[in-house]
Amino acid sequence: MRLTSRSLFWLKCVFHLIGLVPIGYLLLKVMTDNAGGDPVQYIIHFTGIGALNALIATLLISPIAKHFKQGLLLQTRRLVGLYVFAYASLHVLAFFSLDLLFAWSLFFDEVLKRPYILVGAAAYILLASLAVTSLNSIRRKMGRKWQVLHNGVYLIGILAVIHFYWSVKSEIIEPSLYILALVILLGLRFKQGKAKSITSKLLKLFMFSTKRKQSSN
Amino acid sequence: MNIKKTAAWDKFKDSDITPEEVYRDRRRILKQMGFVGAGALLSSHANAGVFDLFSDDKKKAAFLTQTLPFAKQAQYDHLLYGSLTPESKIISHNNFYEFGTSKTDPEENAQGLKVDPWKLVIDGEVDNPMTLDYDDLLKLFPLQERAYNFRCVEAWSMVIPWVGFSLASLLKKVGVNSNAKYVAFETLYDPEQMPGQRSRYAGGGINYPYVEGLTLAEAMNDLTFMSVGLYGKTLPPQNGAPIRLVVPWKYGFKSIKSVVRIRLTDKQPPTSWNQLAASEYGFYANVNPDVDHPRWSQASERRIAEGGLFSAKRIPTLPFNGYGDIVADLYKDMDLKKFY
Repeated sequence: MRLTSRSLFWLKCVFHLIGLVPIGYLLLKVMTDNAGGDPVQYIIHFTGIGALNALIATLLISPIAKHFKQGLLLQTRRLVGLYVFAYASLHVLAFFSLDLLFAWSLFFDEVLKRPYILVGAAAYILLASLAVTSLNSIRRKMGRKWQVLHNGVYLIGILAVIHFYWSVKSEIIEPSLYILALVILLGLRFKQGKAKSITSKLLKLFMFSTKRKQSSN
Repeated sequence: MNIKKTAAWDKFKDSDITPEEVYRDRRRILKQMGFVGAGALLSSHANAGVFDLFSDDKKKAAFLTQTLPFAKQAQYDHLLYGSLTPESKIISHNNFYEFGTSKTDPEENAQGLKVDPWKLVIDGEVDNPMTLDYDDLLKLFPLQERAYNFRCVEAWSMVIPWVGFSLASLLKKVGVNSNAKYVAFETLYDPEQMPGQRSRYAGGGINYPYVEGLTLAEAMNDLTFMSVGLYGKTLPPQNGAPIRLVVPWKYGFKSIKSVVRIRLTDKQPPTSWNQLAASEYGFYANVNPDVDHPRWSQASERRIAEGGLFSAKRIPTLPFNGYGDIVADLYKDMDLKKFY
């Protein structure tokens, strides 16, 4: 059975629901005072995990589409990817507004001095550039460069799990599970013989960014 | 010995503190609506960490606390900065890795802890080794209530009204001999009751039993407190029932919970977080805004106080958590950047 564009519409609706319900749940928890003794930490953790879950889901789509030969499924990647951005934005916003209470100097201080926050910030900036360029019109204009940039999602995944692992005091099971999931998802892609192309693209992207950095200096 | 609330207390109306019934009722209502259950399915990870995967859904009956007789001791109240943290927050936001690594795990998983019978052994370099049972903990010394600032190494803080007695009074009773230089503490080891102790990873990598230590001078300081209660009642398990240490000028992890052994030693005892990551957690662990944790700043803290989400405050952290006048002398010849 092939996915039709009609069923794709409903599938997208379901994905939206899955993306939105946890936010409603979080709001309910916070408003009814059931988000633990420190709701700020709860919100930051909740939205961070939400972003990671959505990221894992994004990376699951193309292996599933290939395996079940459902090409249309690929069209849901942008939707899910934008939920990664939405949750990550809430995560950053919660850290900045509720934890640091808009203390700009402390914000920059923390980002620069704390390696795990720096890694998270790098992931977020890259993620934002993917979100901004996700419009079809921009995608057409960018041509081949678009794919190079959007392969950055793998780098975002790597940075995100490092950020999580590094941020915990010692409770490493949960971040380790995400690292494992990411390794499997990246491994699937390597198995498909794309290893060389992905690494070379990542390398190009890296060189591209360092070159730009040098030229802007 | 019921003494009228005075001075600093009078700032707080009874309505400032959410009554336990109201607090518990909210949960019940929410549960009836099915939100907790449905939500847990959607985000079991975000909800409370991997520990949820192992714990059954049925919530155990809440641990029963009892009212304690005590005398209010207000002599340190002028060092408090901020009003008391509501009881509902103190008992629902805990680090007690023996019951899981998420802040909400201890309240979920610790309610069944058996605290009576209990044995607290005091031995080592003492004249009269003693073993206290549960009743001794509550009755051997006249109980005092003291409110202290409480600062976690994770940069959040509370103000907590503890009930207990000074460690010094206990040490005087057993008679510390001249060989003693340090005091070592140990938490109950009982993997049957403490799921975090069943596997090193489930318990956050700590090598159980949890151990802590103080120098003898620190232990003899009047601030150093053995707590058996909070908010006028015996401690709930998540806060370290039936007896815990409270050292208000040090990061919270020094204030070891559910203590079964206090041993006087001539050598510096090992301490759990120091064993786990010596570069991040020192033996002294005095609250110090000038010495950052390698992975985050200690210059300020987020105060967990009354009110909802948007009443959160970030306040500057004080050296020795505000108790410098009393304890700074203990460290006058010490480089606190080196001995963090």
